[in-house]
Amino acid sequence: MRREYTCIICPIGCDMTAEIEDNEMVSLVGNNCAKGRVYVQQELTNPIRTIATSVLVKGGELPLASVRLNKPVPKASLFKVMAEAKKVILLAPVRIGQVALQNVAGTGADLVVTKHVDTIH
Amino acid sequence: MENKDVIIIGGGPAGLAAAVQLYKLGITNILILEREKHLGGILRQCIHDGFGLQRFGESLSGPEYAQRFIDEVRELNIPYMTEVTVTEVTAGRKVTAISRRGVMEFQAKAVALTMGCRERTRGAISIPGTRPAGVYTAGVAQSYMNLANIMPGQEVVILGSGDIGLIMARRLTLEGAHVKAVFEVQPYPSGLPRNIEQCLNDYGIPLFLSHTVVDVKGHSRLEGVTVAQVDEQYRPIPGTEQEYNCDTLILSVGLIPENELSLGAGLTLDSRTKGAVVDEDYQTSCTGIFAAGNVLQVHDLVDFVSIEAERMALSIQECFLSSQFGNAEIEIVVDASISYSVPQKTTGKKDFTLSLRPKRPGRNCTVFVKQENVTIARKKFAKVLPAEMIQLAIPAERIDPEKKLEITLI
Repeated sequence: MRREYTCIICPIGCDMTAEIEDNEMVSLVGNNCAKGRVYVQQELTNPIRTIATSVLVKGGELPLASVRLNKPVPKASLFKVMAEAKKVILLAPVRIGQVALQNVAGTGADLVVTKHVDTIH
Repeated sequence: MENKDVIIIGGGPAGLAAAVQLYKLGITNILILEREKHLGGILRQCIHDGFGLQRFGESLSGPEYAQRFIDEVRELNIPYMTEVTVTEVTAGRKVTAISRRGVMEFQAKAVALTMGCRERTRGAISIPGTRPAGVYTAGVAQSYMNLANIMPGQEVVILGSGDIGLIMARRLTLEGAHVKAVFEVQPYPSGLPRNIEQCLNDYGIPLFLSHTVVDVKGHSRLEGVTVAQVDEQYRPIPGTEQEYNCDTLILSVGLIPENELSLGAGLTLDSRTKGAVVDEDYQTSCTGIFAAGNVLQVHDLVDFVSIEAERMALSIQECFLSSQFGNAEIEIVVDASISYSVPQKTTGKKDFTLSLRPKRPGRNCTVFVKQENVTIARKKFAKVLPAEMIQLAIPAERIDPEKKLEITLI
């Protein structure tokens, strides 16, 4: 079976065509680099994604600090990650790189802060 | 009146990159003027990742990408002022700014315009119907959600397939809203393919090409929109109308460089880019006034904004060192296959990078830069899209100063 993929690893977004038999990739054309092959392989077995969202900050100059997953998680667990992120409240000041939530929803990935939020003056 | 070597207007990605580069090149009597409370510009609300892959070789969120430059500005002690609005720039490079502290005036040897761009609004695309609450541009919805913790609505229709609209389709879905569909008036998407994949396809959000919103309904709050298919001239086709109930309409219908100050200074603008006409030094029609980033041409990737601003900084340094501000006379023209080029002029004395956008999607194309029958540069592309800017190097040694440069995509 032939299947079309658009690589999401970088902004080039290669259009790729894979020949698939019994859920195994037998050939791939259209990828400009090796990451495309890894991506299609992953899509066939267990599609993974990273997402970004925000968590509440108490006493901060902003009500929110942005966070993102530090590694991709299975696509099916994205809404569980969101539900866990909604429960988090951090105390200002918040710094980039600070872990907002460890092993979020049992995925093994952490939610990491991506914005400095200073204490309100 | 204070004298400065360079006044940088706008502390977003372009202004920050220009300031750091100027400082590293030894031009230290500079000042960044930023309207918002924080440096960083639009990146502050772009919390998704994918920034910095070209520049840093890793995928960063917008705030992290901005912070890398802000950290450099702080480490180098580059002067900047926030909550300051520039109200006027003159052709003689006098800059007037206001803040709560009062009015400030600066005389600059050079002005770097890095004001970024604005979103096209409902008014700009003339959508008929009532004027209820619930119609937002994608960037406004993004600032509500990512900066202010306000949810714009629950039942959402998105018009336009620009990248911010696609990103917001995913963001709204993750936060529990129901995004019914994305409609695009063009026969092809205007956002990057990877965003169609990871923001729409991943969540089962349909994208309808050659469709537009023809009516908006509701009084105090939006109640629904009417959508119709369009023909090749973008005219709605009677009989194809469909109703969508929704409380929110998000518009992602393009960005326009923010050039009110440029107009005030009397700069010549390009009707295609809506940015200033520049030469290969990023110098505008006014000697000593330069422009880079989204104020010059709307980019798809911030990485290229930073690079463009750094090139501009290098040009400013070269102009200072040689005391020569170029007087470009060689025109750069494009044919119907290309939307625009930047720069639009060159002195023919320096190698430069030419940026352009194809008018239509294409495969296995070549960009030719010619002077009459002589090809002076060419570059092959397996795939071209209007959503993706094309860049190629132009060698000055091959330019004949008597003839214009003509660009075509075949």
